[in-house]
Amino acid sequence: MSPAERRVAAALTVSILGSAGLGVVYALGGQAQLEGVLLSIALGGLAAGLAAWALGLLPPEQVTDRREPQSSRPEDRIAITSELERGKEDLTSRRTLARLLLGALATFGAVMFFPIRSLGPAPGRSMFHTKWTAGAYVVDSLGRRVRAGEMSTQSVITVFPEGDLGSAVSQALLIRVDPTLLRLPPSRMDWAPYGYVAYSKFCTHAGCPVGLYRAAAHQLLCPCHQSTFDVLDGARPIFGPTTRALPQLPLRVDSDGYLRAAGDFSAPVGPGFWELPPS
Amino acid sequence: MIRRLVLWLDDRLGAASFARKALRKAFPDHWAFMLGEVALYCYIVLVLTGVFLTFFFTPSGQDVVYTGPYAPLRGARMSAAYASMLVLSFEVRAGLVMRQIHHWAANVFVAAIAAHAMRIFFTGAFRRPREINWIIGTCLLLLAMAAGFTGYSLPDDLLSGTGIRIAYSVLLSVPVIGTWAAYLFFGGEFPGPGTIQRFLSLHIMILQALIVGALSLHLIIVWHQKHTQFRAPGRTEDTVTGSPLFPNYTLKSIGLMFAVFAVLAFLGGMVQINPIWLYGPYDPTTVSAPAQPDWYVGWLEGLLRLFPNWQINLWVVQIPEPFFPGVLIPALLFLIYALWPFIEQAATGDRSVHHFLDRARDAPARSGFGVAGVAFMALLTLAGSNDILAHVFGVPVEWITEILRGAVIVVPVVFGWATYALCRELKKQQEEPKPLWHALRRGATGGYAEDERR
Repeated sequence: MSPAERRVAAALTVSILGSAGLGVVYALGGQAQLEGVLLSIALGGLAAGLAAWALGLLPPEQVTDRREPQSSRPEDRIAITSELERGKEDLTSRRTLARLLLGALATFGAVMFFPIRSLGPAPGRSMFHTKWTAGAYVVDSLGRRVRAGEMSTQSVITVFPEGDLGSAVSQALLIRVDPTLLRLPPSRMDWAPYGYVAYSKFCTHAGCPVGLYRAAAHQLLCPCHQSTFDVLDGARPIFGPTTRALPQLPLRVDSDGYLRAAGDFSAPVGPGFWELPPS
Repeated sequence: MIRRLVLWLDDRLGAASFARKALRKAFPDHWAFMLGEVALYCYIVLVLTGVFLTFFFTPSGQDVVYTGPYAPLRGARMSAAYASMLVLSFEVRAGLVMRQIHHWAANVFVAAIAAHAMRIFFTGAFRRPREINWIIGTCLLLLAMAAGFTGYSLPDDLLSGTGIRIAYSVLLSVPVIGTWAAYLFFGGEFPGPGTIQRFLSLHIMILQALIVGALSLHLIIVWHQKHTQFRAPGRTEDTVTGSPLFPNYTLKSIGLMFAVFAVLAFLGGMVQINPIWLYGPYDPTTVSAPAQPDWYVGWLEGLLRLFPNWQINLWVVQIPEPFFPGVLIPALLFLIYALWPFIEQAATGDRSVHHFLDRARDAPARSGFGVAGVAFMALLTLAGSNDILAHVFGVPVEWITEILRGAVIVVPVVFGWATYALCRELKKQQEEPKPLWHALRRGATGGYAEDERR
């Protein structure tokens, strides 16, 4: 055997051993890393063998092809144009029928698009409200009603209206802050009893959950695109790609000490859309 | 034996004369011409492993409780889709390695297409008569990215679910039709009930039919138009020289195919990818940080992170922020990319046929634009990981964002200009070669004469 032949033979032998090993590993129950490596050896051996064969054993032959011009012969080019025109003439000479045919196809085509409407419900006003209503109990992620006084200042939990646990739309962040620091607009003065403020957790930029709270700075940060909101100032955006504040949920404390909503969020929640009036 | 088979076939199909020519077809040899083949072989791996995955995937968002062998998630509520992928990863023999090879192949597939596209761009192989195939190629890149995104979204884990969430918001931001489009596409308000099932239809049927169609067309046109080649002594515009298809090129190409397979198998076995059991099932109220998509979506994520908070208010309606970085700019970039052959023709006035490839220096302006484009995309991809950069450098993420906002404008201009200047200089040197040596010769009359050899 010449050295080149030996190289090919060695590579192909390695491949056979790899395949056999893979068979054994698989029969014994399988193991992901071994499977990958042995499969790689089996395939790599084939690759090396073929490459060594092509480069070392085949005569290094070169062939040269002539390029024919890309365009067809002139007579064909003229003939195809005139044949197309003649065919079109045959069809359009009967003007009424031709128009009827177009009309029939167009009407049918339009009807063909109707099933698209079956794909989903009409948006209607569903984007404009959530399950929060006046009097709804505030519950935590396990469904327990939240009582005023059970959270210390600077703590934050994710809350839902009772009965809509885990909702992508209704999710809110309940944060307790020092009430003297709050700078809410006058109309929202009574929305944050004992320093409990609640904002939609649904980012107004691209809809990620606004999952990070920088407690020292009183900032909420969306980990997806870093929109940052000032918790003390009505969740006004202070950095990042969003323009809208996180909608605020009006809260009150009932006579039993439970936190309840005093209504829906201050604005539609989540990312913007065409029908959302500019605020 | 071969003779009898050939004659039997030729009696019925009359294929011998075509096949005879085909087997002797010239395939020019150059390493850069194999990038497209790498993509093709990745696609074969994707189809083979993907078919295996479909046998185990449950396209359903239905709530189930996990009871399998992976202890940390036992008792957790999750979608049937996510649970089925846990079963595949932990209980099906060779299931995990198949899933990981599939995912790696997808990443390498898009990378190979991107590298192939750059090769075509910088060598000017898209020029007449190959403009149509360039456009088909850009469509294939788009389709590959879409197939990748719909594919990695299927397991319904926390990371990919967040990606779908963002995609939904971007669709929602389209003027006039956005809300309707999002409701129809996802079957209702996010997370729509049909998401996973629809993504599966897209991923395994619609996108694959389009890819196979476009790919076939792409290859048929390459075959029909014959390959481009670099200039070399003895080569002309009317001929193409290379290895014959059979046996030389066939052997080499199948060798390359097995090499691609081997690399993907090694990655799939040894390098963990998309460990969905660590991400956890999707929950629309939870998010992980940092969160990065697969690499080829990184530039879109970067655009969303960097773009300033523009929102256009039109009396009672609005165009929300994600429309500009999420729809408008990517659409414009793709349009420029797809129509580049015509843009270049309009700019240079060169509409003639080219079968010889350019080197980068032969077209300084094109090379400059290309490098600027690559730098732009690379910086946007970096911006998609601005939170990781902030962590690595120990600075606030706001700084990284502000720096990158400047860099995506300045760096491509600088790189593009530098490339242009360098290429022009090289081209000039090539056109007027410097003398190899000078010699001063003293003549018989006592004067001096200068000899130079070029």
